[in-house]
This record gives sequence, structure tokens and C-alpha cells, in this order.
Amino acid sequence: MAIGTKAGAVKLYGAPGVELTGLHKETATVTQLHFLPGQGWLLSLLDDNTLHLWEVCQKEGCSHLEETRSFGLPGRPGCSPGITRVTVVLPMAAGATVCLGTEGGAVYFVTLPTLTLLEDKTLFPDEILQSVPDEYRCGKALGPVESIQEHPRSGSQLLIGYSRGLVVLWEQSTRAVQHLFLGNQQLESLAWEQSGKSIVSSHSDGGYMVWAVSGTGQRTQQPAMSTIPYGPFPCKAISKILWRTCESGNPFIIFSGGMPRASYGDRHCVSVLQGQTLATLDFTSRVIDFFTVQSAEVPEGGFENPRALVVLVEEELVAIDLQTPGWPTIPAPYLAPLHSSAITCSCHVSNVPLKLWERIVSVGEQQSPRQSSAAWPIDGGKNLAQEPTQRGLLLTGHEDGTVRFWDASGVSLKPLYKLGTANIFQTDCEHNDSLNQAGEEEWPPFRKVGCFDPYSDDPRLGVQKIALCKYTAKMVVAGTAGQVLVMELSDEKSEHAVSVATVDLLQDREGFTWKGHDRLAPRNGPLHFPPGFQPSVLVQCVPPAAVTAVTLHSEWNLVAFGTSHGFGLFDYYRRNPVLARCTLHPNDSLAMEGPLSRVKSLKKSLRQSFRRIRKSRVSGKKRLNASSPSSKVQEANAQLAEQAGPPEVEMTPVQRRIEPRSADDSLSGVVRCLYFADTFLRDAAHHGPTMWAGTNSGSVFAYALEVPSQEKFSERAVEAVLGKEIQLMHRAPVVAIAVLDGRGNPLPEPYEVSRDLAKAPDMQGSHSMLISSEEQFKVFTLPKVSAKTKFKLTAHEGCRVRKVALVSLASAGSEERLENCLACLTNLGDIHIFTVPSLRPQVHYSCIRKEDISGIASCVFTKHGQGFYLISPSEFERFSLSARNVTEPLCRLEVARLQDTSCLSNSSTVTPKLPQANGTHVPRSSEGQHSPSDSDRSPVEHPAAFSPGPIDSPNSSMENPLDITGDITVEEVKDFLASSEEAEQNLRNASEDEARPTGILIK
Amino acid sequence: MKRSSAGSFQDFYQLLQTVHQIPRVDVLLGYTDIHGDLLPINNDDNYHKALSSANPLLRVIIQKKAESDASVFASNSLQRKKKGLLRPAHYRAKPHLLIGMPQDFRQISSIIDVDILPETHRRVRLHKHGSDKPLGFYIRDGVSVRVAPQGVEKVPGIFISRLVKGGLAESTGLLAVSDEILEVNGIDVAGKSLDQVTDMMVANSHNLIITVKPANQRNNVIRSSKASGSSGVSTDSTPSQQTPSPASQYLSNYSTAESDEEGDLVIESDSASHYVPGGCPNGGPADGPLPPSLSPHSSRGSLQSLGSHDGSPGRGSGREDGTLLTL
Repeated sequence: MAIGTKAGAVKLYGAPGVELTGLHKETATVTQLHFLPGQGWLLSLLDDNTLHLWEVCQKEGCSHLEETRSFGLPGRPGCSPGITRVTVVLPMAAGATVCLGTEGGAVYFVTLPTLTLLEDKTLFPDEILQSVPDEYRCGKALGPVESIQEHPRSGSQLLIGYSRGLVVLWEQSTRAVQHLFLGNQQLESLAWEQSGKSIVSSHSDGGYMVWAVSGTGQRTQQPAMSTIPYGPFPCKAISKILWRTCESGNPFIIFSGGMPRASYGDRHCVSVLQGQTLATLDFTSRVIDFFTVQSAEVPEGGFENPRALVVLVEEELVAIDLQTPGWPTIPAPYLAPLHSSAITCSCHVSNVPLKLWERIVSVGEQQSPRQSSAAWPIDGGKNLAQEPTQRGLLLTGHEDGTVRFWDASGVSLKPLYKLGTANIFQTDCEHNDSLNQAGEEEWPPFRKVGCFDPYSDDPRLGVQKIALCKYTAKMVVAGTAGQVLVMELSDEKSEHAVSVATVDLLQDREGFTWKGHDRLAPRNGPLHFPPGFQPSVLVQCVPPAAVTAVTLHSEWNLVAFGTSHGFGLFDYYRRNPVLARCTLHPNDSLAMEGPLSRVKSLKKSLRQSFRRIRKSRVSGKKRLNASSPSSKVQEANAQLAEQAGPPEVEMTPVQRRIEPRSADDSLSGVVRCLYFADTFLRDAAHHGPTMWAGTNSGSVFAYALEVPSQEKFSERAVEAVLGKEIQLMHRAPVVAIAVLDGRGNPLPEPYEVSRDLAKAPDMQGSHSMLISSEEQFKVFTLPKVSAKTKFKLTAHEGCRVRKVALVSLASAGSEERLENCLACLTNLGDIHIFTVPSLRPQVHYSCIRKEDISGIASCVFTKHGQGFYLISPSEFERFSLSARNVTEPLCRLEVARLQDTSCLSNSSTVTPKLPQANGTHVPRSSEGQHSPSDSDRSPVEHPAAFSPGPIDSPNSSMENPLDITGDITVEEVKDFLASSEEAEQNLRNASEDEARPTGILIK
Repeated sequence: MKRSSAGSFQDFYQLLQTVHQIPRVDVLLGYTDIHGDLLPINNDDNYHKALSSANPLLRVIIQKKAESDASVFASNSLQRKKKGLLRPAHYRAKPHLLIGMPQDFRQISSIIDVDILPETHRRVRLHKHGSDKPLGFYIRDGVSVRVAPQGVEKVPGIFISRLVKGGLAESTGLLAVSDEILEVNGIDVAGKSLDQVTDMMVANSHNLIITVKPANQRNNVIRSSKASGSSGVSTDSTPSQQTPSPASQYLSNYSTAESDEEGDLVIESDSASHYVPGGCPNGGPADGPLPPSLSPHSSRGSLQSLGSHDGSPGRGSGREDGTLLTL
């Protein structure tokens, strides 16, 4: 199966793990893709009217996709260029020629693989018109070619359909018209019945017609059958239709569109009709294309027996099992829509223990039992990648309050389990479900398919932070309305009430009133919970501002959480708040107003600022690894985004104000990070549990915790005593805090040591503490907090820290050689690696485009030096900093080529890919965002014949305004506030500036 | 006195003379600001400044003019003069004009490294430290013309685009609109974006050293030692006072503890005083003898005790471990 994107990328998918990517040199939308059956070639048509030939070639045992030739149809002298615009591409089954239908009605023939035009074979519409009766001709042109289909039995006969409605069966060898079908309805698409005895045509009025094909030299005025399936009221066009014979009964007629214009004109539907059985598959996004999967060779007089229907819609890919009654969907092993609700945060858990993994897989299976026993129908190629050495779990939090669990061990992200938190709260939208159910008996028989659902019930449900303990299967999910849910994995369903505790983070601070959203009201009484993660305690922060940091210590039964107002510590065993601390600066008023008043204008100004920044930063330095296909995709996406943006006039040159951070900056109280550590806080002789909190204004609070021993949890309460308060002089937001043991290694996670999964930390040597702010890294000694080393990143490089993580990088040679490093992603999208604790800069790479603010905001690091970020709202890109841990698709497609292709590879200049280059971009699973395309299966099976062209109007998914998801930092918000402020000031100063000559005087 | 209705300095001066019953005695007034500097009160401006920094009390130090030395007030004077703040000094004739002594002023800027820079460049150090003035300038992208071996070439550069009235940058007189910024704290800005340079400056704002090529080249410092070429690195520094190159200077600056910055404030909570019943925070010595009832709403509110506010239903009243901070 091949999918083309709007940015000009071609992605080939087969069996799980088989994935090839190619990118056109031009940034143009791929409008059509066609496989050349059995030869490992792929033809793509771009919207700049050029045809490109792609080749699957083998290198070092793995398959790659490379562009070998391109071809543009020459214009006809004296005609407008639109006349030769290609509307239809049909590779002939024999594999030697391609037919191109054009806007002007002419059909051209091009040889393969050399892509040279056979000029003498060109069929102009005049030639057809000669055999058309006068009364039909009546001086009108035939219109563009809408469809060309090869006769299923006789390769020399072509069925050509013109927009006006005329369909011609053309014999290539004798250049004669075999049969004329004088349709009067505007034609959209054509399909053969497999035996070649009849054809079906679909039309713009929402109807389709079946025509009988008989002898030669005939004219047919009337179709054998004509129907408008969703009539009698005016219907929309049926843009594509397929006819598939079936051994078990009536043939399948599958078509897209055709819905009643007035009542359901806005639905995106594909209808499957077999005899009297009709299912109207109702998708949530626009249908791009569809095809059926059937066995490669259909014997004479046999049946096609389609196994599955694969539909590409704008936001996802859906496969329907056509052999199981009820036509259930087949779960896809890749390309699952990540963004079925917008992603608001993500979290990666490495080295998941097998036991937890199996439990999550099991509850996921119970949650969505397989309705179809069919295997994934797209199974071409062979996955050569090794079995992943460890199980990686990627958790994504979504706007609708769900948390999705993805198997991130291998190349593709496989959905494992979906956790919903909305049912714990009373939301307004509950009765909607019942309404939908009542409507189910209506006609047409709609069936909701796919899971893309961008509409959130309540923005307060959005998940902001996730923490998971992989040893105890405890999880904390924190949301937009200050809700912190402590959950536990249970294999049994349960019915229990969720206990609620409220923690006031304002601490009687006076003069503040919260003007933001209300808290979410929890539902009362016992609630039913299916097997899976079940909430035990709900901690509600007051005021209900979005949770900005959360951390969990399952050994001490503690969860710490922070908002823009302060932080709290909660003992979920005794269900007691332990601590609440307000971090607001007395002058801070913005934090109290809440998001309501500012957010609307903010969102708009953010968007404008993004555009402005995008424009103003075009002259960025070139990415280092521009040769890797995925980074090229990035560049292409960026170019596209720039094209899409409305032309904006720069009023005055951009200027930036230089002011130091002051103590009373707004939002200074936002808690940015929380950390638990067993270390030396009060004296060098005794270590004990501690909790650390860092704020936006460069304050760090350290608490010594009195945690009772395991047996006494129920008797004694946890106590917290403030041990230290550190104010960083440069006042930059604290991004992360970590404690390093005597050997300079980061402290292990809770339970890691007791389960023999990590070496015990060195408690003899002196510990040190690493504080990473947005501007610098500093290592302090403990317990006496004195600065040991530091690195001032911003002062040196002018970039600010966005994400940091302590990663352990293993040597490519031996797994024993491990190095702990500090990985840091900056606001410029670069990744820097530093040694710890000496903080010496090692290497740095450019990774994410600096304009891709949501990409930078969404980045997560894994413990072994990989990382994920959102390359689009729907696609995660995986990168690796480690020489050892590289996840990339390695696969092989066996291709039996008819011609010798050595002549083709002369243009290939792809440099051999080093398997272990640091920072190598590795293509990740992706979906959505795919633009008009045709699709096919791997060449192992017979490729289905497709009607050409995008089914709906041109795709515009890239034109969506930047989806701001993920945790955009306060800094970023402030940047944009500041830049808009500055823009205003620039305006104000414009007159003044004009008066002065701005030239630079050099003497 | 009400903070809002504080009159002029003269009123205050007379009030003090009245209160202390010293109507004819000339005195010098001073106070310590939040940085610990002993600063004078001798006009309306610094009088209001002193009032605004009162926290909540203003502690005024009164010295008889005859016995006080004008050099008492100075930057870091408290540290320097800890031992003999009020030491006797020789009598000096009373100046006719009340003009502050040079020591009364904080240094806000300086031109440095004159001997190693080309004459066309100027390295300016802005001392933000201790001043409440905004740095007060804006930078923008621009095009700089350089003379290269191949001829004149245009390269992107960063320029000062605007000075804020009354800001530090303007008041130094050393920076002007359209000056090209070449270095920030020893780091070349060539190839850096406007945002990067902004961030670099903000990160160094407490001790900002910018090297500019002034748009107006008429006020350049002319070296007296010898007439060297108008460009290129100067070679006239003697070996004994070899000034390090900007980069190495920066690095040494960076590796040693920078003198006037980076003292991250660590507040140790004294474990001995933790368990004071009542959980009522002690305002700290600077607050003076405040009645305890006032303290929760004092300016130290951010360091309030936790114990007394954690009123969760499930907890007993026994939690008195509210942290007390001794500052």
C-alpha cells in the first residue's frame, strides 16, 4: 500500500514493520499513485503535472524507495497549458505503457520504464467524435478524460470515460471504437465488472448506471440499470465506484459519496452494497481513496472475492473485513490515529516489566475485543528488523481526558489500551450518546467507522501530565482543571466510589480571586470501572488551574503535583494531604485571573506570532542531516506551511527588548518540576526521603520527608519539613531537578533497586544535585548547597532549554560501557549532550525545526537516548542519540522485475545510510495528514485497479492553523505576549522611527 | 507616617529634627536598602526611594554632619564599613552646594578593554546590579557592511534599535541607536539570530558586557600611547598587564566564581526552630519588633508556615511541623 502526502512524500506500507519512505524533489502534492504490478515500480503524479517513477531497490539486503525518472507532458502549441493537465493515469497490465488522460480530452501513451511519449499513439477526442452520432455531438466537446480502465480480459481494449458522459470502448491495435455508451449524465468514475461483460459508471447526480458490453461497433443509448441509491432528493456526486464479484452471492458495489445533499451532504461516507445489504460507513474526516484487497490471480470465470476494503480518510486509515458478516473493522497494526483527540502531553516508559506489559495488553484486549478474525490484509514484504530488545511504552494524554498506551518498542506505534477519565466527572455531553442510539434505525443505515474524533466534550478534561510506576502499576493522571487522579491497574472490573480530597494551594493568600474555569464536579456514588486502570483517589487542586507538574513515588505512596499557584504532596495510602505550598509572588496577578480573559486573545496573538516568527526566521541555518528522508519531509512541510500562510506585511523590523527577568514577572509561581529523592538534605550523615520543587521564577524548594516504614503506613502519617529554599540568581524557570549519587549516577527509580533492576546508589560518597533552568545547568553539593559546576547555555549559545533528561548511552561495541549524560532540547530545536556531573558539552545536533514550536513542546526523551516528538498533530517522529539503540524500519520487498533496471539506477545519488549515526532521524509510524493518494498492496498480490484522482476537493489538511497541543511553556507564552506587545510598540514608534534616518553611518 | 502621604524631603528632615529635638543641628540621613548598601537620603528622589523600599519599617540612620564623613555612603559600604560605620572623621568645611560625593553614586557603566579593542569598537559594561532602572534598550536585525579582502560585503548584523527614555542604556551615554552589536560577554554574535542574541543578553543582564561598533565614530577613545592602525587587534599592552583576549577573559570569568553575581540565595531552614507551636512564622530580624498577630500578612507571606493551613479533614491537630524560616 502506498500513501502520498501533500508535501510530496511517498510512503509504502506492507506487513507490520515494512515501511519505505521517499520524497519528491519538488514540494508538490501527490495526487495519484499507481503500482506497476509485480515490478517494484511506483508511478506518482504530482499536482505540478509531472509524473515520477519510483523504484524499490535493494541495498545491503534492505529495500529502499528511490526516484529514478520523471516526466512532464509537453504542452501543445497554441493551446492553454491546462489542456495537457493529466487527469487519469493507468499503467497497463502488460507493464510496458502508461495511459495518461488529460483535461483536454486527449489520451497519451508513455513507455515504461524510460518514460518516453509515444506520439503516434496519442488519441485525440476528435478521433472519437467522428464515430459519435451527430445528435449526441451537437457541437459540444467531450470534456476532460475522467476515467480509463483496461479491459479485464483483453489488454488491448481500453474503456475511456469523458466528463460529459460519453464512454468509449477503444481497441488499441486497430485504433477503432468498439462500443459507444452515450451517457448524458456528467461522469465521475468507471469500473469494469470482472468478466468484462458489463461496466458501471458513477455520476455527479449521485447515481450509478450499469451498462451491458456486447459485440463490436455498437452504440448503447440506455443503461441496463440506473439508480440513485440515496435519492429521490438531490444527491452529491459518487466520486469513485468499484464492482467486485463474490462467490458467495451478489457482487459488491462499493462507492464513495452520493449522499442526499440537503440532509447528509456534510457526511463523509463510503457505501458497501451487496444485494440487499447496504452499509453506509460514516467517517469523521474526508474520504481520500479506497480499494479492495483480493487474491492476485482470478481464474477465468472465477470470482474476485474481495477480502477487505481499505479506506484512507484524511485523518486515519480503516480496513473493513468483507468476509465476516457485519463487515467489522480490522484493527490496524500501524497508522492508528494518534490524534483521535488532540494530544496534550506524552510520556515514555522504558524497560517495561513483562508482567505489567501482559496485563496492559490483556485489559486492552478486553476493552476492544476483536470483531474480525481476519489478519491485516496488507501483508507484503518481510520485516528484517530484530525483535526489540526491550518493551517501551508511550503514553499520550489527550484533550478529551483519555490516556492512550502505545507499544513503542518497534518501528510502528501499536495501540494497546485506552484509558478514559471523563466518566469520573459530570460533563454536559452525556445525553448525546442516547440521541445517537435513537437515530440508528434511520435511513441511510449509517455506521460510525474509525476513531478520529476531534471534538472534546469539555476542555477541562484535557490530560496535562502523566506519571506511571512500572513496578507497581500505579499511575497518576493530572488534568486541566486541577484534577489529579491516582489510579491502579486492576484485572477485574470493579464498582467503587472515588474518594475526593481537596488541596488549597493558595494557603489563605489574600487579594486573589480565581477567574478561570470551575473545577470538574466528580460524580457521586459508586461508579463502574472496567478492568484496567481504575481511579482510587481524586485530588482536586484549588484553585482549579491546570496541573503543570506531577510526580509519583510508589514506594513512599506519595504523589506530588504543582499548578501555577503552588504545589502539594498527597499520601494516597492514607488519603491525606501532607503538604501544600503557595508559590505565588505577591505581585503576581495574572496567575489568579485564570485563563478565561486572556486566552482568547492569546490564542489569536499566538497564532499570529507563530506566523510572524515562521516568516521572520526563514533564513535559518541548514539542517545538518538534510539527507535523511524524514528531515526532508520536515523541510517540505515547512515550505508548505509557508506557502499556505496568508501574505503578511511586516510593519517595522522586528525588535526585541532587553530586560532582565524580574522577580515579579507574571506567572512566576508556576511549578515547573517536582522530584523525589532519597538523599542528604539536612546533614551529610543521614539521608532520607526528600521532595524538590522548582518554579518558573528560579526558586527551588526542598522538603525533608518523614516517611514511615512500609508496615507502619497505616499508623503514621507522612510529614514534610521545609529543608532548603534556593533562589537562582538568574531567575530563569527551573526545568528539571535531579540528584546524582556519589559516583555521579542519577538515583534509581523507586523499586528499581529492590527488584534488582538497578545498582544501588552510592550512599557513601557525597551526593550532588543537578538543577537545570531554562538558561543554565548547575550542579550543587549536598547537603550544603554550594555551586560545584555549571554551564551557562543561554549566555553561550543564545538558546534556551526546553526539555532535559538524564539518559544513559551505551557504547555501540559493548553494552557494559554506559555513560550517563544530560540530553537537552533547546528552543532552537537543537539537542545538546553534556557529561554529568562535570557538565562538559559533548556534541550537539539539530533535530527539530526551530519554527516547529509544538514539535519542540511535545518532545519526550527515553532513558536510553531516544526521543519522540510530534512532527505533525498526528505523527510522532522518533530520533536516537544513542549509537546502540536505534529503531528504524529494515524490510525487504521481493520484486521480480521484467526489465533489466541497471540503466535506471544511474541517477541515484543516495548516500549509504550509516546504521548508527548519532542523531539519525528514523521514520516513525505516522498517519493522518496524508493527502490525496491512491493506494495499493505490495506487489505480491494483484494490484487493484483504481479510478484516478482525489475523491474529494483538494486536501487542505496542512492549512489547518497550528494545533497548539502539548505543554507549551509559560516562557513561550510570554515570548509571544512580549512579541505582540513589541509589535504594538513598534507601531507606535513607527512614526518616530521614520523621522530619523536609519542608515548606518560609517566613518 | 503614612507611606502614601509622605511629603518632601525637607518636611521629613524637619520632622526628624523635631522628633529628635535637634532643631539646629545639621545631620546626614541614611538608610540601608535591600542589597545592604548604606545609601543617603538628601533629596526628594532618594527619600521616596527609601520609603518605597521600607519593608515595612524604614530604619533611618542619622549622623551629625560634623562627625560624619561624606564617604560613608557608597556601594557596598555596609560590607566595607561594617566595623567602623560611625567612626570619627576629621572635620570638613560644609560644602555650599548639596552635591553628592562621587561615592554617593553607584557605577552603572564603564568602557573597558580600550587597549585591546580596535578604536572603532567600544566595549561597554552595564552594571545592572543594584539599580532599579531598566536596562532599557531594544535590538533589531540589520545589515552590516564589512570590508573584506574581496571588497565590501554585506552581512547580517544585530543593531540597537531603540533606547528607552530614562533607562540605564540611555543614561550611560555610551550606547546609541544603530550601534552594531558585535559581542555579548565575549561571545561573538555573528551568525546568531535576533532571538538568540536577546536570550544571551537577558541571561547576562546582571553583568552585561556588550561590544559595539558605534554608529557615530566621532567620539571614539583615542589612545595616547601610540598611533596605531585604525583597525585590527591592538598590540600596545605591556606584557606585565597583558589583558586576556575577550574569549579567554570570558572563560576565566566564567570558570571562576563571577565576582558580582551568581550567588544563588540558599535559605537554610534551621531545624532547631522548626517545631514552634502555633506555626506562626517569625518575620525575621529585619522586620523588627512586630506584634506576632501581624506577621501572617507581612511581606514574608511567601514563606509562611504550612502546618496551620493544611486543614485537611482527615488530619489531626497534631501537625505542628510548619516550617519556620529564619532569614
